[in-house]
Amino acid sequence: MLAINPAYADEAMTRDGAAARGWLSFRATFRLEIAEALRSRWFAAYAATFFALTGLLLVFGLTESRVLGFTGLSRTLVTYTQLAMAIAPVFVLISTVRALAGDREAGVFEYVLALPLSLAGWYAGRVFGRFALAIAPVAGALVAALVYGGIRGVAIPWREFLFDMGLLASLIFAFIGVGFLVSTLTRKVDTAQTFAFLIWLALLLGLDLVLLGALIRNHAPLETVVAAAMLNPLQVFRVASMMLFDPQLVLLGPTAYAIFDIFGRELFLVWAFLYPIALGALSAGLGYWALSRSDLP
Amino acid sequence: MITLRAVGKRFGAARVLDAIDIDIPTGQRVALVGSNGAGKTTLFRCMLGEYTHDGEIRVDGRDPRHDRTQVLRHVGFVPQVAPPLAMPVGALLRFVAETSGAAQGDMAAVAARLGLDVAAIRNRPFVKLSGGMKQKVLIAAALGRTTRLLILDEPAANLDPAARAALFDLLAERSAASMIVSSHRLDEIAPLVNRVVELQQGRVVLDDTVSQAGGLGTRFSCRIVVARADEAFGRAAAEWGLTPDTGGTQWSGAVAGPDRLAFLGFAARHSGLICSLQIMEASHDAANSEPSRV
Repeated sequence: MLAINPAYADEAMTRDGAAARGWLSFRATFRLEIAEALRSRWFAAYAATFFALTGLLLVFGLTESRVLGFTGLSRTLVTYTQLAMAIAPVFVLISTVRALAGDREAGVFEYVLALPLSLAGWYAGRVFGRFALAIAPVAGALVAALVYGGIRGVAIPWREFLFDMGLLASLIFAFIGVGFLVSTLTRKVDTAQTFAFLIWLALLLGLDLVLLGALIRNHAPLETVVAAAMLNPLQVFRVASMMLFDPQLVLLGPTAYAIFDIFGRELFLVWAFLYPIALGALSAGLGYWALSRSDLP
Repeated sequence: MITLRAVGKRFGAARVLDAIDIDIPTGQRVALVGSNGAGKTTLFRCMLGEYTHDGEIRVDGRDPRHDRTQVLRHVGFVPQVAPPLAMPVGALLRFVAETSGAAQGDMAAVAARLGLDVAAIRNRPFVKLSGGMKQKVLIAAALGRTTRLLILDEPAANLDPAARAALFDLLAERSAASMIVSSHRLDEIAPLVNRVVELQQGRVVLDDTVSQAGGLGTRFSCRIVVARADEAFGRAAAEWGLTPDTGGTQWSGAVAGPDRLAFLGFAARHSGLICSLQIMEASHDAANSEPSRV
């Protein structure tokens, strides 16, 4: 006689039972996503990049040198945050679409989705599993830097650390969501990767220094410039991450002045934390909506 | 009970399934045959709720697309091509057990009957296993659960004779479950089923019953006498589970009923060496244990 989990017994297939199976599907998929990534090369390379980056910044950053007014761990944090903004989004986008579209192309979806998993639970498990994987090395490397700084007796900028970690988590979630949307709308790895790269490139070009600078030089309406800046998660992150370190906005471009004039600092801060999360959630939600109405494998 | 009504599927301009109407009563075993591209895998994916489609599919009155967990918890599926999962075998079985409400021990027990020691390969990546081992793991994951419907895509393709015999026994024990087995060759799966449905270009072109002689759960005792001891023959005979006498000229053993045609194929390849061949059917069921000569 084969054993059967009580959650799968006939009498358990109620609405409450469906919620329980959704949670069970989420938990199993989340754990599997983490376990799979810990064995993969992409995650090792991703984690190594951030730890190596932190190591280098500590070696060259914890001296008495002063760069643009920042010293010690504050300087390390500023540099790290800006580098993370350059590295994490593209890494997250490409690795996410490769994993999902690759699994679909290789037939993994055919097998896994023939199991009695809740589709929503499975999808959410993958989204949050990817998010945990993407944020863990970024946060881990930073925590290692703080521990190292503490041992060396350097003042730890807790406020800035927590602020930037929140912003980084928010930014990464946005790109996880976009990655899932791209993966569900494309059937092939090559197509998904191309779209992911083009999205990242477009957002990069939309930074203050490139597209926005060009818009301002060409006397584009202020609303257009501000809207382009406020909708670009990279630009939002960039401006917000520098606010604590550079209250006078010496290092930021002209868009930041316009944004602060219109919205004020507090409202912009709320936007900076919530908009990327909303963008990620909306993108992931759209991806699920598309997946649930299309062929799964 | 599985009901398909006017099931159709298009990929762009290509119509892969066209107005499929099939009823499969509980307990029936259906061979789904057809050449490559006939629509077998597409039909499976529709039945598993993985593809959108025209028409209607009901498994015990439920739509597998909209009631996927309720339907799929009763479905065991073995794909034709093993997915390239990097996870260790233990993690895979744990995942399947956790998500399908089964016990890993039951899956390990099925694997053991197929000749696979799960404990020994528990930490090996699934993707690095041989084709036969992957097949055994997937069969164990599908049959180590309580299921009412088995969807098997070429399940015995990579199995050795002993594992095939064990698979036939396992399937015979699930007489209450409906079963759909696909192959592009009917002779490979005919002994497993009591009905054949042939697809051609997405349409049903044949729907017929199959004789039960030598069906699941039966055994054939065999005895072969060869003119001289031969190393190549000995290796092949050993793979079929036959054992030699001291001189190596007389071999005896038993083969699974559904494998008897394949066994005769083995004998035919060594016909120049064989002096005598005897094959007798003995029912697997103790109540009908009287042997009958064929």
